[in-house]
Parts: sequence; C-alpha cells; structure tokens
Amino acid sequence: MADLSANFLGIKSPNPFWLASAPPTDKQYNVLRAFEAGWGGVVWKTLGSQVKNVSSRYSAVDYGGSKVMGFNNIELISDRPLDINLREIAECVRLFPDRAMIVSLMADNSREKWHELIAQVEDTGAHGLELNFGCPHGMTERGMGAAVGQDPEIAKMVVEWVMEKATLPVITKLTPNVHSVVPTGRASVEGGTNALSLINTIQSITGVDLDTFVPNPYVAGKSVYGGYCGPAVKPIALKMLTTIAQDPITSRMPISGIGGVSTWKDAVEFMLLGASNVQVCTAVMKHGFRIIEDMCDGMNNWMDEKGFKTLDDFIGKSVPTITHWEDLDINYHIVANIDQDKCIHCGLCYIACEDTSHQSINLSYGNPYNTYSIKEDECVGCNLCKLVCPVDSCITMVEQRKGDEYLNWKEFQRRGLPLNDH
Amino acid sequence: MAITNNRLTAEQYEQNFSDIHPPFDSREAALVDANRCLFCYDAPCTKSCPTSINIPKFIKQITTDNIKGSAYTILDANIMGGGCSKVCPVEKLCEGSCVFNLMDEPPIPIAKLQRYSTEKAIDHKWPLFQRKPSTGRKVAVIGAGPAGLSCAHVLSREGIDVTIFEKERKGGGLMTYGIAAYKVTPEFCEDEVNFITSLGGIEIKYEQELGKNVSLADLQANYDAVYIGIGVGVARQLAIPGEDLAGVEDAIRFIYDIREKGYPSVPVGDRVAVIGLGMTAIDAATQAKRLGAKEVTIVYRRTQAEMPSTEVELNLAKLDSCSLIWLASPKEIKGENGQVTQLICNVMELGVPDTSGRRTPIETGETITLNVDMVIKAAGQVPFEDLVDSNQLNNWKGKIAIDSNCATNIPGVFAGGDCVNGGKEVVDAVQAGKDGAKAILGFMYKERASE
Repeated sequence: MADLSANFLGIKSPNPFWLASAPPTDKQYNVLRAFEAGWGGVVWKTLGSQVKNVSSRYSAVDYGGSKVMGFNNIELISDRPLDINLREIAECVRLFPDRAMIVSLMADNSREKWHELIAQVEDTGAHGLELNFGCPHGMTERGMGAAVGQDPEIAKMVVEWVMEKATLPVITKLTPNVHSVVPTGRASVEGGTNALSLINTIQSITGVDLDTFVPNPYVAGKSVYGGYCGPAVKPIALKMLTTIAQDPITSRMPISGIGGVSTWKDAVEFMLLGASNVQVCTAVMKHGFRIIEDMCDGMNNWMDEKGFKTLDDFIGKSVPTITHWEDLDINYHIVANIDQDKCIHCGLCYIACEDTSHQSINLSYGNPYNTYSIKEDECVGCNLCKLVCPVDSCITMVEQRKGDEYLNWKEFQRRGLPLNDH
Repeated sequence: MAITNNRLTAEQYEQNFSDIHPPFDSREAALVDANRCLFCYDAPCTKSCPTSINIPKFIKQITTDNIKGSAYTILDANIMGGGCSKVCPVEKLCEGSCVFNLMDEPPIPIAKLQRYSTEKAIDHKWPLFQRKPSTGRKVAVIGAGPAGLSCAHVLSREGIDVTIFEKERKGGGLMTYGIAAYKVTPEFCEDEVNFITSLGGIEIKYEQELGKNVSLADLQANYDAVYIGIGVGVARQLAIPGEDLAGVEDAIRFIYDIREKGYPSVPVGDRVAVIGLGMTAIDAATQAKRLGAKEVTIVYRRTQAEMPSTEVELNLAKLDSCSLIWLASPKEIKGENGQVTQLICNVMELGVPDTSGRRTPIETGETITLNVDMVIKAAGQVPFEDLVDSNQLNNWKGKIAIDSNCATNIPGVFAGGDCVNGGKEVVDAVQAGKDGAKAILGFMYKERASE
C-alpha cells in the first residue's frame, strides 16, 4: 500500500485531493459530506462582500453523446453572510481536524479590507488561505478577481498586503485569462506568496440556444461570458501548470493543480507535471463526492505498480521531458503498422490519412470488408491513423531511425543538411 | 381437437401481436447508440444493404439532431426504408457486417435507428421529396408492392406520371399482406404507402388484376412503358396424399388472412404442423402460436446448417415455444371425416450438395407420425407461370426473364422484384424497382432521342 498522505506547506491531508473553491465548498453541509466521503481537504468557497447572484448560472458543453465535457458558470463568490461562513468553517475544522481547510478570499481593493478579512478567517482555525486572483466574471468589473490576476504589479501589491498580516500559509490562485501565467506567478512570488494554484476558469461562451438565439447560460434573454472548466480545459491547465513548474522563479513554489481533474489518472498527470496536489470541482458537480473513492484507490494501485511509496516519489517527474522544439531529435523516425488480425476494416485510418495527411495508406477493395495497409515509404510518422483507430493497439508506430545519433534542428541547420528528405 | 377461431381475449391478441422490435423510448436512448457508430469509411453496412443506404451518414445525422436529413438519406436510397427497418433480416445484411461484430461487440442497432428517423418522417408527413414538373410521359406499373412503389416513386420524381394497377384493396404488397403482424401493423403499411404517393404523380388503381381487369396489351398501347412487379404468390404444393383435406392451409393465405381479417377471425388448430423453414414458415408458425394454437411443430427436411431462415428468426419461433423436427419430409396427410388428423413424415439424411450448394436430403426409409389437426404449407412459393406465359413473357418456370437492363423480351415492358427472382427480401424488391425506373428512364430518353 502506497502512502497517499500529502503535505502542502505543512498543511497535512490524508490524500492529495482537495475540493476547489466553488459551490461544493460553499457551506458546512456540503463540506461535511465531502469529508465523510473521504476528501483530503477543501478550499472554502471565496469569502468577500457585496454579492448578489443571478439565475441561471451554469451551462455545459456535451460532446459525442457525453454530457458536460466542458462546463461554465457565471456564479459569483460566496453569497452567504460572512459570519455564517466563518462559524461553519470553524465547525468543520473541529469535526474533521485531520483534513485540510483552506479558505479562499477576495477582499475589496484596500489593504485594510484584506487585513480585516484575514484576521477574521484566521480566527476560525483554518489551515491556509487562497487568494482568488482568477474569478473572471462579476467581480472583475469592480477591479477584483481576474482583474488582479491579469496585472502582475497589482497582484504583487495585493500579495504584499496579505503577507503583512497572514500567519497562515498563503496560496495565490492564478487566472488563465492571460497569454502567460508566468508573469503574475512571478509577481506573486516576489510579493511573498507561499504557494501557487492554477488554473481558475477561462472566459467562454459554451454555446448558443438555437431556438432563443441567446447564448448559455440564459438570464432573462441575455447572457455573459462565463468561466470555463471541466475535462475540456485539462490540456490548457496542464500546459500552464508546466510553464510554472519550469520557470526558475515560480518553480520554487509548491503548486496546487486545478483544471478538469476528473479521475486519478488526471491527478497523476497534474502531479507528474509539477503539482503537489490537485483541486477538483466540475467532476464532483457532475457525479457527487463519491468519486473520491476511485481517485484514491486508483492512484494507490498505480503507485504500487510503479513502486512509488510516497507522492514525492513522482511529483514533477515529467517536467524535465518538456523541452523546446529545436531540441527534439530529428533522426527519430517512426512508421505506422496495421495489425491485420486486429483490424476491423472501418477505414477511419485510411480516410484520415487520405484526406488530411500524407496518403500513406493503401486500400484494397473487398466485399464488404476492405483491407488497409501502410505504404511505409510514404508514412511520415505523424501518428494520426493510430489516434483515430478505434481498436486498442491495432495500429502501432514502429521505430525506424534515420540515423543513430541524436540530431536536433540547430545542429541540422549548422551542418546545412538537406530539407524535405522525407 | 379442432380448428377454431376466437381463441383468445382482445387483450391477449393485442399483447401477442404487439411490436417485437419496439422503437427507442427517447431521443437520448437513440443518441447513445447513434454515437457508438464509428462512421466507417466505405462502410461494410452500406455495402451489405441491397439499396446501399449511406448508413454512417444517416446515423451521423441523428447524432446532430438532423432527423430530416437522416430520413432523407434513408428514403432517397430506399423509399420503403421505414418498413424495411421493421422487417429486414438485418442480422444477415447491414447489422451482420457492422465492424463491431469483428470486435465481438454488439453491432450498431441500425434498423432501430433507421426506424427512429423514418417513423418521424412518416408520422409528420415531411415533404422530403419534390417531383420535377410533369413531362407528360406515362408509365404503367403492375403491382403496388415494394418493387412497384419504389419504381413509381423514382419515376414520379423525374416528372413521369405513373399509374399503378393493384389487384388487392391496399398497397404495400408483401409488406401489407405477407409479413407477420407483430413486425408491421396494417396502419403503418397504409401510412407508408400514403407517404410514398404523397409525392404526387402516382395514382394507384386498386382491385385491378393483370389478366383479369387489365391486359398487358392495353397498358402497352396506352403508356410509354410498363413495369411488372407482380411478386410471387402461389404456395408450392407438396404433391402428397391428403393435401386436399380440410385443415391443410397455405402459409401465404394464412398470413394474408391474419393481416386482412383481424386476429379473432382466423381459425387455427390445437396442434399445428408447419412445413418448411424460410421466413414465411417462421411467420406462420409464430403467428399460429400467437393466435392460440396449443402446439406448433415446424417440420424441415434438412438440418439447421442448411435452413433458409436466419438464426434470429429461428429463435423467434423457439421463444414462442414452437418445436422443431429436423430431417423430416412430409409423406402423407391423413384425416377422418375429411379433417386432418395426422402428418406422416419420411425421416431424412443428408446426401451430396445440390445445385444450390445445400446437401440434398435422402429418405432413410423410416417414418414418423405427428398427430395434428392443421398443416400449414410454407415450402416455398411458385411464380404466376400461367399469367406470365399467357402474356408471351419469356420466363423460367414462371420467373420473368429480364436482361441486365431490367427489360423483358417485350419492348417497353420491364420487370423486377419477386416475379423475377422468385422471392427475396423486401429491400431487394425496392432496389429492383429503382433499377427498373432507371432502365425505363433510359429507355424513354433513348426513344426520345431517336424520335
């Protein structure tokens, strides 16, 4: 049995799965249910002031018959009275002392308001603070949320205000609504933050209702951009996470990974790319808290299989494999191979290659089943056929190196080698 | 022991004859299966459909809620795509070649999805097709079955005015009169015919039988071309003693009566023997059971390996608790007071393959005796030999001979469907009708060019 226990900035939790600051962490009722289900920690839904919500608030992107592959919301930070939230946070900490309790904050734009809010939260016995520099709707108009996260100087200033007062560890949550998360990440580090978390939601329109012509979510005939999240944003989140894990300044920080984490596999990927733990929201909004069981179980089995005893054994392990394009080995070459015994003759590889790639698949007509084979000399090793094949390991990519030695683009140019030789 | 009708209550009849392949309950249910479709290139299912429906395309259209487009894709290739979705032996056609079979996964339920789209089109009377302005050309079609209707629809779309002569009181042919009632309802058959003719330019004259009310010569004189789609209708005789006893019934007649007279009116025995093991035999056996027969026994002279029915069909009979006797061939029907009492069969064994490649049954000399009060003959159908002969149509034992262009030996007279091939699936007849229409259009263009 691997040890799933996590230690993030000294905040301990029995597993690395926290619930992200969002509707599921808005009140004692939900949080207690989450803890009972086995969640390692929660980031309490953002506390602040002056909040009034609208309805509807959520919309989703369905794809290929699957519901909610993408999700967006126009909900604001917690709309419950501050004193009730504070009381409930304290109660949850008392009832589940072994779980991580982080409180997300978004104070009004003044040093005093931040200090006041921090003092109130620290009185609850919570273990850490997360600064919401990411919320992309509603609060930005008042210079809060993503408006802070999009301006490194303001972000640094707010972090500095916070660090003057906070005695608890501070995590700064970054917005993805920027061309790079690194500048705000660096600014937050310079401001003194103890850790970073990312990503918050991405501004989006999930779709337009073809009957009313109003985009979703629908609010009395109008809509606004909502924050996108769920499985669809995972690749973007992973990329942004990796840039933070690679940067010499931000990589010094512990990182909490957020953005479409739905399964233990997603979590492992985030952690391999530098996250020390993960935060989950959309997946529990779709399935409830019970998904934690498989998340722990699956990660545990994977760790056992790989021989990892603790989380630290694999956190960040994949980061060094991300390099620059010009450093890739040009002599590495692969060609596709179709296993005729496994082939079901659907022709998807053929038409993908024929219409959109390199015409490297040969078709020989049959009734009703055609036969498909690779023209090895034409295959550039792009991988498309393998990706579209519906049968596991029917199409494999076979290594056929162009040369023994490692050769990258810089060296290739320096030697004046010929272009377009395959 | 007796042959009687009205054996069951109204509720029992309704339950016994309700749809055996129910439609999807909801859009979501259809989408789950539609989304499983891989959208194969040069799809095996399409190649295995006699009418070449672009199946991946129509299923893709369902996934995008483009049901009108989906229905058009189906019906453009097969105007009886609605009925075919209920009666086709898909296990040996489209669904049988679905690539999922090669992964040992259940195939896409193509027929059910096809029904999902076409039923909406027919229910809502979507005007999916528009005919070109009338060219003034006229074609006579004999028979409002699948071949005739399909031919008429293609011709009318091209602006040809079509008159169909149908000997029955309703259109649809085999679909209406020759298929188990739990597969298609009379109402559906009627709606389907109305949907086809709603295009305009097609007039059906009912109770007009070739050789009786209409003559081929008249049609030739009054129309630019004639299409014969008269099907195949007469049950093959067993040519054994006792065939004229009361209680010996022909499966075609039996099924026709079920479709035409209503379930309580159709008499059925306590103990019924069905001779043969094609689709018609299965339809007769299962329906005899569903009408209230106590025991139904299917007698087939070869083994399961040679049976013309599909396994899915055979299972229908088994699930209706019909029994099967393999390797038995009727020898004699015995009776008392003119009524059937026994069927005596030769026990057979298999010899060398015949011309169809199936092993020929040979008598072993042993016999078995079944106590029955009704015998239903479903040992194949024979074409209308006299009718075809008397009209000077070249034929092979009544099956009309056509060339590769659907043309008979009489100029301007074309033929297709069961009357040519001796009896195949509905979907084959629909394709034959399309081919016939194409040939007729070619014939008329050529004729016009030479005028």
